[in-house]
Amino acid sequence: MKKLRIEDKLYLVGYNVDHDNNHLGISDPEVCKTACQKRQCTYVCPANVYTWDEKEEKININYDACLECGTCRFACDYITWKYPRGGFGVAYKFG
Amino acid sequence: MKKKDFDVIVVGAGPAGLSAAYVLAKAGVDVIIIERGKFPGSKNVMGGIFYREPMDDLIPDFYKEAPVERHIIEQRMWLLDDVSHFSMGIKTQKHNSEPYNCFSVFRAHFDKWFAKKVVEAGALLINETVVTDPIVEDGKVVGVKTDRPQGDLYADCVIAADGVQSFLARSLGLRKKITPDKVALGVKEVIGLSEEQINDRFGVKSDDEGVTIEMTGPFLKGMEGMGWIYTNKNSLSIGIGVIIDDLVKHNVNPNDLLESLKSHPSVLPLIEGGETKEYLAHVIPEGGYKSIPKMYTDGFMVAGDAAMLVDSVHREGSNLAVESGKLAARTYLEAREAGDFSERMLSKYQEKLEDTFVLKDLKFYRNLPELLEEKRYLLTEYPQFIIDAMTEIYTVDGVPKPDKFKKIKEELKDRFGYVRLAKDIYTIWRKLR
Repeated sequence: MKKLRIEDKLYLVGYNVDHDNNHLGISDPEVCKTACQKRQCTYVCPANVYTWDEKEEKININYDACLECGTCRFACDYITWKYPRGGFGVAYKFG
Repeated sequence: MKKKDFDVIVVGAGPAGLSAAYVLAKAGVDVIIIERGKFPGSKNVMGGIFYREPMDDLIPDFYKEAPVERHIIEQRMWLLDDVSHFSMGIKTQKHNSEPYNCFSVFRAHFDKWFAKKVVEAGALLINETVVTDPIVEDGKVVGVKTDRPQGDLYADCVIAADGVQSFLARSLGLRKKITPDKVALGVKEVIGLSEEQINDRFGVKSDDEGVTIEMTGPFLKGMEGMGWIYTNKNSLSIGIGVIIDDLVKHNVNPNDLLESLKSHPSVLPLIEGGETKEYLAHVIPEGGYKSIPKMYTDGFMVAGDAAMLVDSVHREGSNLAVESGKLAARTYLEAREAGDFSERMLSKYQEKLEDTFVLKDLKFYRNLPELLEEKRYLLTEYPQFIIDAMTEIYTVDGVPKPDKFKKIKEELKDRFGYVRLAKDIYTIWRKLR
Protein backbone atom coordinates (compact mmCIF):
# COMPACT_ATOMS: atom_id res chain seq x y z
CA MET A 1 0.00 0.00 0.00
CA LYS A 2 1.34 3.39 -0.97
CA LYS A 3 2.43 5.57 1.93
CA LEU A 4 0.36 8.69 2.16
CA ARG A 5 1.84 12.06 2.96
CA ILE A 6 -0.03 14.52 5.13
CA GLU A 7 -0.59 16.71 2.05
CA ASP A 8 -2.31 13.78 0.30
CA LYS A 9 -4.56 13.16 3.27
CA LEU A 10 -5.57 16.78 3.79
CA TYR A 11 -7.23 16.71 0.35
CA LEU A 12 -9.73 14.32 1.90
CA VAL A 13 -10.68 16.70 4.69
CA GLY A 14 -13.52 19.19 4.39
CA TYR A 15 -12.84 22.78 5.44
CA ASN A 16 -14.69 26.03 5.49
CA VAL A 17 -11.67 28.32 5.54
CA ASP A 18 -12.03 31.68 7.27
CA HIS A 19 -10.07 33.88 4.87
CA ASP A 20 -10.34 36.90 7.15
CA ASN A 21 -9.04 35.42 10.38
CA ASN A 22 -6.03 33.35 11.34
CA HIS A 23 -6.87 31.59 14.60
CA LEU A 24 -3.25 30.55 15.23
CA GLY A 25 -0.25 32.62 16.21
CA ILE A 26 3.07 32.78 18.04
CA SER A 27 3.23 35.18 20.95
CA ASP A 28 6.97 35.83 20.70
CA PRO A 29 8.44 34.87 17.30
CA GLU A 30 11.94 35.84 18.49
CA VAL A 31 11.93 32.69 20.61
CA CYS A 32 11.63 30.52 17.50
CA LYS A 33 14.92 31.85 16.10
CA THR A 34 17.39 30.61 18.68
CA ALA A 35 15.90 29.87 22.09
CA CYS A 36 13.67 27.12 20.74
CA GLN A 37 15.89 24.08 20.31
CA LYS A 38 13.50 21.54 18.82
CA ARG A 39 10.93 23.61 16.95
CA GLN A 40 8.54 20.82 17.83
CA CYS A 41 5.60 22.57 16.16
CA THR A 42 7.20 21.67 12.82
CA TYR A 43 6.83 17.93 13.45
CA VAL A 44 4.11 17.25 16.07
CA CYS A 45 1.33 18.91 14.11
CA PRO A 46 -0.68 16.22 12.28
CA ALA A 47 -1.49 18.72 9.50
CA ASN A 48 1.98 20.22 8.98
CA VAL A 49 0.60 23.67 9.74
CA TYR A 50 3.97 24.97 10.97
CA THR A 51 7.10 25.13 8.80
CA TRP A 52 10.42 26.80 9.47
CA ASP A 53 11.37 29.42 6.91
CA GLU A 54 15.19 29.45 6.82
CA LYS A 55 15.41 32.63 4.81
CA GLU A 56 12.99 34.70 6.82
CA GLU A 57 13.99 32.97 10.06
CA LYS A 58 10.46 32.49 11.17
CA ILE A 59 7.74 29.90 11.51
CA ASN A 60 5.19 30.02 8.71
CA ILE A 61 1.67 29.15 9.78
CA ASN A 62 -0.62 27.55 7.22
CA TYR A 63 -3.75 27.82 9.36
CA ASP A 64 -6.03 26.71 6.48
CA ALA A 65 -4.93 23.13 7.08
CA CYS A 66 -5.51 23.13 10.85
CA LEU A 67 -7.44 20.10 12.13
CA GLU A 68 -8.16 21.95 15.40
CA CYS A 69 -6.73 19.20 17.60
CA GLY A 70 -4.74 21.68 19.71
CA THR A 71 -1.61 19.50 19.88
CA CYS A 72 0.59 22.53 19.16
CA ARG A 73 -0.77 24.52 22.09
CA PHE A 74 0.06 21.66 24.45
CA ALA A 75 3.48 21.15 22.86
CA CYS A 76 4.56 24.81 22.88
CA ASP A 77 3.69 27.59 25.34
CA TYR A 78 4.28 30.33 22.77
CA ILE A 79 1.59 29.20 20.38
CA THR A 80 -1.58 31.20 20.73
CA TRP A 81 -4.54 29.12 19.78
CA LYS A 82 -8.21 29.73 19.69
CA TYR A 83 -11.12 28.14 17.93
CA PRO A 84 -11.85 29.43 14.43
CA ARG A 85 -14.95 31.60 14.29
CA GLY A 86 -18.25 29.72 14.55
CA GLY A 87 -18.94 27.57 11.49
CA PHE A 88 -15.41 27.92 10.08
CA GLY A 89 -12.55 25.46 10.02
CA VAL A 90 -12.56 21.70 9.74
CA ALA A 91 -15.82 19.86 9.08
CA TYR A 92 -15.53 16.09 9.29
CA LYS A 93 -17.67 13.76 7.20
CA PHE A 94 -17.16 10.75 9.46
CA GLY A 95 -15.63 11.93 12.73
CA MET B 1 -34.02 42.21 37.68
CA LYS B 2 -31.63 39.40 37.04
CA LYS B 3 -30.92 38.88 33.33
CA LYS B 4 -31.97 35.46 32.11
CA ASP B 5 -32.41 34.13 28.57
CA PHE B 6 -32.53 30.42 29.42
CA ASP B 7 -32.59 28.19 32.48
CA VAL B 8 -29.43 26.39 31.37
CA ILE B 9 -26.76 26.97 28.73
CA VAL B 10 -24.94 23.82 27.59
CA VAL B 11 -21.67 24.49 25.77
CA GLY B 12 -20.71 21.87 23.22
CA ALA B 13 -22.80 19.26 21.39
CA GLY B 14 -20.74 16.14 21.99
CA PRO B 15 -21.95 13.13 24.01
CA ALA B 16 -21.64 14.98 27.36
CA GLY B 17 -23.44 18.15 26.29
CA LEU B 18 -26.12 16.33 24.31
CA SER B 19 -26.83 13.98 27.23
CA ALA B 20 -27.13 16.91 29.63
CA ALA B 21 -29.40 18.84 27.26
CA TYR B 22 -31.55 15.77 26.64
CA VAL B 23 -32.21 15.17 30.35
CA LEU B 24 -32.98 18.86 30.87
CA ALA B 25 -35.26 19.22 27.86
CA LYS B 26 -37.19 16.09 28.84
CA ALA B 27 -37.71 17.61 32.28
CA GLY B 28 -39.18 20.74 30.72
CA VAL B 29 -36.16 22.95 31.39
CA ASP B 30 -35.56 25.84 29.01
CA VAL B 31 -32.16 24.80 27.68
CA ILE B 32 -29.93 26.03 24.86
CA ILE B 33 -27.04 24.00 23.50
CA ILE B 34 -24.32 25.91 21.67
CA GLU B 35 -22.09 24.17 19.11
CA ARG B 36 -19.20 25.73 17.19
CA GLY B 37 -19.33 23.32 14.23
CA LYS B 38 -21.63 23.50 11.21
CA PHE B 39 -23.64 20.73 12.85
CA PRO B 40 -23.16 18.58 15.97
CA GLY B 41 -20.45 16.03 15.26
CA SER B 42 -18.66 17.96 12.53
CA LYS B 43 -15.78 18.82 14.90
CA ASN B 44 -15.95 15.63 16.94
CA VAL B 45 -13.57 12.71 16.67
CA MET B 46 -13.17 9.47 18.52
CA GLY B 47 -11.76 6.01 17.81
CA GLY B 48 -14.66 5.31 17.88
CA ILE B 49 -16.44 2.89 20.10
CA PHE B 50 -19.68 3.94 21.73
CA TYR B 51 -21.03 2.03 24.73
CA ARG B 52 -24.70 1.28 25.07
CA GLU B 53 -25.28 1.13 28.80
CA PRO B 54 -25.14 4.81 29.88
CA MET B 55 -27.52 5.74 27.02
CA ASP B 56 -30.10 3.14 28.10
CA ASP B 57 -32.10 5.29 30.48
CA LEU B 58 -31.91 8.28 28.12
CA ILE B 59 -33.14 6.70 24.89
CA PRO B 60 -33.98 3.00 25.40
CA ASP B 61 -32.95 0.81 22.45
CA PHE B 62 -31.34 3.86 20.82
CA TYR B 63 -29.17 1.63 18.66
CA LYS B 64 -32.19 0.43 16.69
CA GLU B 65 -32.67 3.92 15.40
CA ALA B 66 -29.28 5.62 15.71
CA PRO B 67 -26.64 5.50 12.98
CA VAL B 68 -24.34 2.88 14.51
CA GLU B 69 -21.95 0.89 12.33
CA ARG B 70 -21.39 -2.60 13.80
CA HIS B 71 -22.00 -4.04 17.26
CA ILE B 72 -18.75 -5.38 18.64
CA ILE B 73 -18.55 -9.13 19.27
CA GLU B 74 -14.79 -9.53 19.48
CA GLN B 75 -12.17 -7.35 21.16
CA ARG B 76 -8.51 -8.16 20.56
CA MET B 77 -5.47 -6.80 22.38
CA TRP B 78 -2.16 -7.04 20.58
CA LEU B 79 1.35 -6.61 21.90
CA LEU B 80 3.28 -5.43 18.90
CA ASP B 81 6.95 -5.39 18.05
CA ASP B 82 8.28 -4.61 14.59
CA VAL B 83 7.70 -8.07 13.15
CA SER B 84 5.25 -9.85 15.47
CA HIS B 85 2.14 -9.53 17.49
CA PHE B 86 1.06 -11.45 20.58
CA SER B 87 -2.71 -11.62 20.66
CA MET B 88 -5.24 -11.84 23.46
CA GLY B 89 -8.92 -11.14 23.32
CA ILE B 90 -12.50 -12.15 23.80
CA LYS B 91 -15.07 -13.09 21.20
CA THR B 92 -18.39 -14.04 22.69
CA GLN B 93 -21.93 -14.60 21.51
CA LYS B 94 -22.99 -12.86 24.72
CA HIS B 95 -22.00 -9.65 22.92
CA ASN B 96 -23.77 -10.79 19.76
CA SER B 97 -27.31 -10.55 21.07
CA GLU B 98 -29.40 -7.54 21.99
CA PRO B 99 -29.11 -5.21 23.73
CA TYR B 100 -25.39 -5.46 22.73
CA ASN B 101 -22.35 -4.15 24.58
CA CYS B 102 -20.90 -1.47 22.32
CA PHE B 103 -20.85 -0.24 18.75
CA SER B 104 -18.46 1.28 16.27
CA VAL B 105 -19.81 4.70 15.30
CA PHE B 106 -18.90 7.81 13.36
CA ARG B 107 -19.31 10.83 15.55
CA ALA B 108 -20.30 13.11 12.67
CA HIS B 109 -23.24 10.77 12.04
CA PHE B 110 -24.09 9.75 15.59
CA ASP B 111 -23.91 13.16 17.26
CA LYS B 112 -26.00 14.68 14.49
CA TRP B 113 -28.69 12.08 15.16
CA PHE B 114 -28.43 12.51 18.94
CA ALA B 115 -28.74 16.29 18.54
CA LYS B 116 -31.93 15.77 16.54
CA LYS B 117 -33.39 13.81 19.47
CA VAL B 118 -32.33 16.58 21.84
CA VAL B 119 -34.07 19.20 19.70
CA GLU B 120 -37.19 17.00 19.45
CA ALA B 121 -37.17 16.83 23.25
CA GLY B 122 -37.42 20.62 23.34
CA ALA B 123 -33.89 22.03 23.54
CA LEU B 124 -32.75 24.90 21.36
CA LEU B 125 -29.65 24.08 19.33
CA ILE B 126 -27.48 26.88 17.95
CA ASN B 127 -24.69 25.81 15.58
CA GLU B 128 -21.71 27.76 14.17
CA THR B 129 -21.26 29.68 17.42
CA VAL B 130 -18.14 29.79 19.58
CA VAL B 131 -18.52 30.43 23.30
CA THR B 132 -15.61 32.73 24.03
CA ASP B 133 -15.87 33.38 27.78
CA PRO B 134 -18.01 32.80 30.82
CA ILE B 135 -19.87 35.83 32.19
CA VAL B 136 -19.18 36.16 35.90
CA GLU B 137 -21.11 38.54 38.17
CA ASP B 138 -20.56 38.75 41.94
CA GLY B 139 -18.36 35.69 41.71
CA LYS B 140 -21.09 33.61 40.09
CA VAL B 141 -21.27 32.30 36.55
CA VAL B 142 -24.41 33.86 35.09
CA GLY B 143 -23.94 33.25 31.38
CA VAL B 144 -21.56 33.10 28.42
CA LYS B 145 -20.16 35.39 25.77
CA THR B 146 -20.28 34.12 22.20
CA ASP B 147 -18.75 35.26 18.90
CA ARG B 148 -22.15 36.31 17.58
CA PRO B 149 -23.12 40.00 17.52
CA GLN B 150 -24.97 40.79 20.77
CA GLY B 151 -24.12 37.25 21.61
CA ASP B 152 -24.16 37.39 25.41
CA LEU B 153 -26.50 34.84 26.93
CA TYR B 154 -27.67 34.58 30.53
CA ALA B 155 -28.91 31.57 32.51
CA ASP B 156 -29.16 30.08 36.00
CA CYS B 157 -26.47 27.59 35.18
CA VAL B 158 -23.85 26.82 32.53
CA ILE B 159 -22.79 23.24 31.78
CA ALA B 160 -19.40 23.23 30.06
CA ALA B 161 -19.08 20.23 27.78
CA ASP B 162 -16.64 22.12 25.59
CA GLY B 163 -14.15 19.32 25.07
CA VAL B 164 -10.54 18.66 25.88
CA GLN B 165 -9.32 22.21 25.28
CA SER B 166 -11.56 23.16 28.21
CA PHE B 167 -11.25 26.92 27.81
CA LEU B 168 -14.18 27.72 30.11
CA ALA B 169 -12.96 25.74 33.13
CA ARG B 170 -9.51 27.20 32.61
CA SER B 171 -10.68 30.79 32.42
CA LEU B 172 -12.66 30.29 35.64
CA GLY B 173 -9.52 29.01 37.34
CA LEU B 174 -11.03 25.58 37.96
CA ARG B 175 -8.11 23.86 36.33
CA LYS B 176 -4.40 24.36 35.96
CA LYS B 177 -2.73 24.50 32.59
CA ILE B 178 -2.85 21.11 30.85
CA THR B 179 0.70 19.85 30.37
CA PRO B 180 1.74 17.77 27.34
CA ASP B 181 2.33 14.66 29.47
CA LYS B 182 -1.38 14.53 30.33
CA VAL B 183 -2.79 14.57 26.82
CA ALA B 184 -2.42 12.30 23.82
CA LEU B 185 -2.78 13.13 20.17
CA GLY B 186 -4.91 10.64 18.29
CA VAL B 187 -4.64 10.53 14.50
CA LYS B 188 -6.97 8.35 12.52
CA GLU B 189 -7.90 7.33 9.01
CA VAL B 190 -11.15 5.96 7.75
CA ILE B 191 -10.27 3.36 5.12
CA GLY B 192 -12.98 2.14 2.80
CA LEU B 193 -13.30 -1.59 2.05
CA SER B 194 -16.28 -3.69 0.99
CA GLU B 195 -18.48 -5.31 3.63
CA GLU B 196 -17.43 -8.74 2.35
CA GLN B 197 -13.74 -7.91 2.61
CA ILE B 198 -14.20 -6.76 6.19
CA ASN B 199 -16.31 -9.79 7.12
CA ASP B 200 -13.70 -12.16 5.65
CA ARG B 201 -10.65 -10.43 7.10
CA PHE B 202 -12.08 -10.14 10.59
CA GLY B 203 -13.98 -13.42 10.70
CA VAL B 204 -17.51 -12.19 11.19
CA LYS B 205 -20.70 -13.38 9.52
CA SER B 206 -22.46 -10.15 8.63
CA ASP B 207 -22.06 -6.42 8.33
CA ASP B 208 -23.66 -6.00 11.77
CA GLU B 209 -20.94 -7.88 13.63
CA GLY B 210 -17.74 -6.04 14.45
CA VAL B 211 -14.25 -6.45 15.85
CA THR B 212 -11.86 -4.13 17.67
CA ILE B 213 -8.10 -4.44 17.92
CA GLU B 214 -6.00 -2.34 20.30
CA MET B 215 -2.25 -2.42 19.90
CA THR B 216 0.61 -1.39 22.10
CA GLY B 217 4.13 -2.57 22.90
CA PRO B 218 7.74 -2.12 21.82
CA PHE B 219 6.56 -1.08 18.36
CA LEU B 220 6.12 2.37 19.93
CA LYS B 221 9.83 2.54 20.89
CA GLY B 222 9.11 3.51 24.47
CA MET B 223 6.44 6.08 23.75
CA GLU B 224 3.21 5.71 25.69
CA GLY B 225 0.37 5.12 23.33
CA MET B 226 -2.03 2.78 21.66
CA GLY B 227 -3.01 1.95 18.12
CA TRP B 228 -6.41 0.65 17.11
CA ILE B 229 -8.44 -0.81 14.27
CA TYR B 230 -12.23 -0.82 14.48
CA THR B 231 -14.57 -2.30 11.90
CA ASN B 232 -17.32 -0.12 10.50
CA LYS B 233 -19.91 -1.33 7.99
CA ASN B 234 -17.82 -0.71 4.89
CA SER B 235 -14.72 0.89 6.26
CA LEU B 236 -12.11 0.52 8.98
CA SER B 237 -11.10 3.16 11.50
CA ILE B 238 -7.37 2.86 12.06
CA GLY B 239 -5.54 5.20 14.35
CA ILE B 240 -2.87 5.72 16.92
CA GLY B 241 -2.80 7.87 20.03
CA VAL B 242 0.45 8.91 21.71
CA ILE B 243 1.17 11.18 24.66
CA ILE B 244 2.13 14.57 23.16
CA ASP B 245 5.17 14.95 25.40
CA ASP B 246 6.49 11.66 24.00
CA LEU B 247 6.00 12.77 20.38
CA VAL B 248 7.96 15.93 21.19
CA LYS B 249 10.77 14.13 23.01
CA HIS B 250 11.09 11.39 20.39
CA ASN B 251 10.91 13.86 17.47
CA VAL B 252 8.06 11.91 15.95
CA ASN B 253 5.53 13.10 13.41
CA PRO B 254 2.13 11.54 14.13
CA ASN B 255 1.36 10.81 10.48
CA ASP B 256 4.68 8.98 10.04
CA LEU B 257 3.75 6.89 13.07
CA LEU B 258 0.32 6.10 11.65
CA GLU B 259 1.88 5.16 8.30
CA SER B 260 4.34 2.83 10.02
CA LEU B 261 1.46 1.19 11.90
CA LYS B 262 -0.39 0.77 8.59
CA SER B 263 2.63 -0.94 7.03
CA HIS B 264 3.19 -3.30 9.98
CA PRO B 265 3.09 -6.90 8.70
CA SER B 266 0.25 -7.78 11.09
CA VAL B 267 -1.81 -4.74 10.13
CA LEU B 268 -1.23 -4.38 6.40
CA PRO B 269 -3.21 -7.47 5.31
CA LEU B 270 -6.26 -6.11 7.14
CA ILE B 271 -6.26 -2.75 5.35
CA GLU B 272 -4.62 -3.72 2.04
CA GLY B 273 -6.41 -2.39 -1.03
CA GLY B 274 -8.56 -0.02 0.98
CA GLU B 275 -9.05 3.59 0.03
CA THR B 276 -8.52 6.32 2.60
CA LYS B 277 -11.69 8.38 2.92
CA GLU B 278 -10.85 10.78 5.71
CA TYR B 279 -7.93 11.80 7.93
CA LEU B 280 -8.65 13.07 11.42
CA ALA B 281 -6.87 14.31 14.51
CA HIS B 282 -8.03 15.00 18.03
CA VAL B 283 -6.48 15.35 21.47
CA ILE B 284 -7.45 12.84 24.17
CA PRO B 285 -7.27 13.78 27.86
CA GLU B 286 -5.29 10.95 29.46
CA GLY B 287 -4.09 12.43 32.72
CA GLY B 288 -6.64 10.37 34.63
CA TYR B 289 -8.05 11.00 38.10
CA LYS B 290 -5.34 13.35 39.31
CA SER B 291 -5.78 15.69 36.36
CA ILE B 292 -9.53 16.17 36.87
CA PRO B 293 -10.29 19.85 37.45
CA LYS B 294 -12.66 21.18 40.04
CA MET B 295 -15.90 20.23 38.33
CA TYR B 296 -18.24 22.89 39.70
CA THR B 297 -18.49 26.43 40.94
CA ASP B 298 -21.39 28.84 41.45
CA GLY B 299 -23.71 28.38 38.48
CA PHE B 300 -21.29 26.15 36.57
CA MET B 301 -20.49 22.47 36.02
CA VAL B 302 -17.95 20.71 33.76
CA ALA B 303 -18.63 17.41 31.96
CA GLY B 304 -16.98 14.94 29.57
CA ASP B 305 -13.52 15.54 28.07
CA ALA B 306 -13.51 19.07 29.52
CA ALA B 307 -13.42 17.40 32.95
CA MET B 308 -10.73 14.95 31.72
CA LEU B 309 -13.13 12.04 32.13
CA VAL B 310 -11.35 9.45 30.00
CA ASP B 311 -10.32 5.94 31.01
CA SER B 312 -7.37 5.39 28.71
CA VAL B 313 -6.68 1.87 30.00
CA HIS B 314 -10.03 0.61 28.74
CA ARG B 315 -10.30 3.16 25.89
CA GLU B 316 -13.54 4.46 27.36
CA GLY B 317 -14.56 8.09 27.08
CA SER B 318 -17.91 8.55 25.39
CA ASN B 319 -19.63 6.54 28.13
CA LEU B 320 -18.04 8.66 30.85
CA ALA B 321 -19.12 11.74 28.91
CA VAL B 322 -22.74 10.56 28.66
CA GLU B 323 -22.85 9.65 32.37
CA SER B 324 -21.32 12.94 33.49
CA GLY B 325 -23.66 14.97 31.26
CA LYS B 326 -26.66 13.15 32.71
CA LEU B 327 -25.51 13.69 36.28
CA ALA B 328 -24.76 17.38 35.72
CA ALA B 329 -28.30 17.77 34.37
CA ARG B 330 -29.82 15.86 37.29
CA THR B 331 -27.86 17.98 39.73
CA TYR B 332 -29.30 21.07 38.04
CA LEU B 333 -32.83 19.68 38.46
CA GLU B 334 -32.24 19.28 42.20
CA ALA B 335 -30.74 22.75 42.38
CA ARG B 336 -33.76 24.19 40.60
CA GLU B 337 -36.07 22.45 43.03
CA ALA B 338 -34.15 24.11 45.87
CA GLY B 339 -33.82 27.43 44.04
CA ASP B 340 -30.11 27.31 44.81
CA PHE B 341 -27.37 27.26 42.15
CA SER B 342 -24.51 27.85 44.54
CA GLU B 343 -21.23 25.99 44.54
CA ARG B 344 -22.33 24.12 47.65
CA MET B 345 -25.46 22.87 45.95
CA LEU B 346 -23.68 21.97 42.71
CA SER B 347 -21.00 20.04 44.62
CA LYS B 348 -23.60 17.26 44.59
CA TYR B 349 -22.57 16.72 40.98
CA GLN B 350 -19.17 15.50 42.10
CA GLU B 351 -20.74 13.40 44.86
CA LYS B 352 -22.95 11.73 42.27
CA LEU B 353 -19.99 11.05 39.99
CA GLU B 354 -18.03 9.56 42.91
CA ASP B 355 -20.84 7.03 43.31
CA THR B 356 -20.65 5.83 39.71
CA PHE B 357 -18.20 3.87 37.61
CA VAL B 358 -16.89 7.19 36.24
CA LEU B 359 -14.83 8.31 39.21
CA LYS B 360 -14.51 4.82 40.72
CA ASP B 361 -12.74 3.57 37.59
CA LEU B 362 -10.55 6.65 37.25
CA LYS B 363 -9.68 6.52 40.95
CA PHE B 364 -8.65 2.89 40.64
CA TYR B 365 -6.12 3.82 37.94
CA ARG B 366 -5.12 7.11 39.55
CA ASN B 367 -1.45 6.16 39.94
CA LEU B 368 -1.04 4.64 36.51
CA PRO B 369 0.06 7.75 34.56
CA GLU B 370 2.91 8.34 37.04
CA LEU B 371 3.81 4.67 37.14
CA LEU B 372 4.16 4.52 33.36
CA GLU B 373 6.08 7.78 33.32
CA GLU B 374 8.51 6.44 35.90
CA LYS B 375 8.75 2.85 34.64
CA ARG B 376 8.41 3.28 30.91
CA TYR B 377 10.05 -0.12 30.33
CA LEU B 378 6.79 -1.72 31.50
CA LEU B 379 5.49 -0.83 28.03
CA THR B 380 8.49 -2.14 26.13
CA GLU B 381 10.65 -4.70 27.90
CA TYR B 382 7.93 -6.89 29.39
CA PRO B 383 5.84 -7.02 26.21
CA GLN B 384 9.01 -7.81 24.24
CA PHE B 385 9.79 -10.64 26.67
CA ILE B 386 6.29 -12.08 26.22
CA ILE B 387 6.59 -11.91 22.41
CA ASP B 388 10.03 -13.55 22.49
CA ALA B 389 8.96 -16.26 24.94
CA MET B 390 5.88 -17.13 22.88
CA THR B 391 7.98 -17.20 19.70
CA GLU B 392 10.43 -19.57 21.42
CA ILE B 393 7.67 -21.89 22.64
CA TYR B 394 6.00 -22.08 19.23
CA THR B 395 9.24 -22.57 17.27
CA VAL B 396 9.96 -26.25 16.57
CA ASP B 397 13.70 -26.49 16.10
CA GLY B 398 14.77 -29.74 17.72
CA VAL B 399 15.39 -28.09 21.08
CA PRO B 400 13.60 -30.11 23.80
CA LYS B 401 10.84 -28.27 25.63
CA PRO B 402 12.55 -28.45 29.05
CA ASP B 403 15.55 -26.66 27.50
CA LYS B 404 13.27 -24.05 25.98
CA PHE B 405 11.60 -23.36 29.32
CA LYS B 406 15.01 -23.16 30.97
CA LYS B 407 16.15 -20.71 28.32
CA ILE B 408 13.05 -18.54 28.85
CA LYS B 409 13.63 -18.57 32.60
CA GLU B 410 17.25 -17.51 32.09
CA GLU B 411 16.16 -14.75 29.72
CA LEU B 412 13.77 -13.52 32.37
CA LYS B 413 16.59 -13.42 34.90
CA ASP B 414 19.07 -11.78 32.49
CA ARG B 415 16.69 -9.13 31.25
CA PHE B 416 15.04 -8.14 34.49
CA GLY B 417 16.56 -9.96 37.45
CA TYR B 418 14.27 -11.61 39.93
CA VAL B 419 14.58 -8.75 42.41
CA ARG B 420 13.43 -6.15 39.88
CA LEU B 421 10.68 -8.45 38.68
CA ALA B 422 9.40 -8.88 42.23
CA LYS B 423 9.67 -5.15 42.84
CA ASP B 424 7.74 -4.32 39.67
CA ILE B 425 4.98 -6.77 40.51
CA TYR B 426 4.77 -5.36 44.02
CA THR B 427 4.72 -1.76 42.73
CA ILE B 428 1.93 -2.48 40.25
CA TRP B 429 -0.08 -4.28 42.93
CA ARG B 430 0.42 -1.43 45.37
CA LYS B 431 -0.44 1.32 42.87
CA LEU B 432 -3.57 -0.39 41.64
CA ARG B 433 -5.60 -0.80 44.77
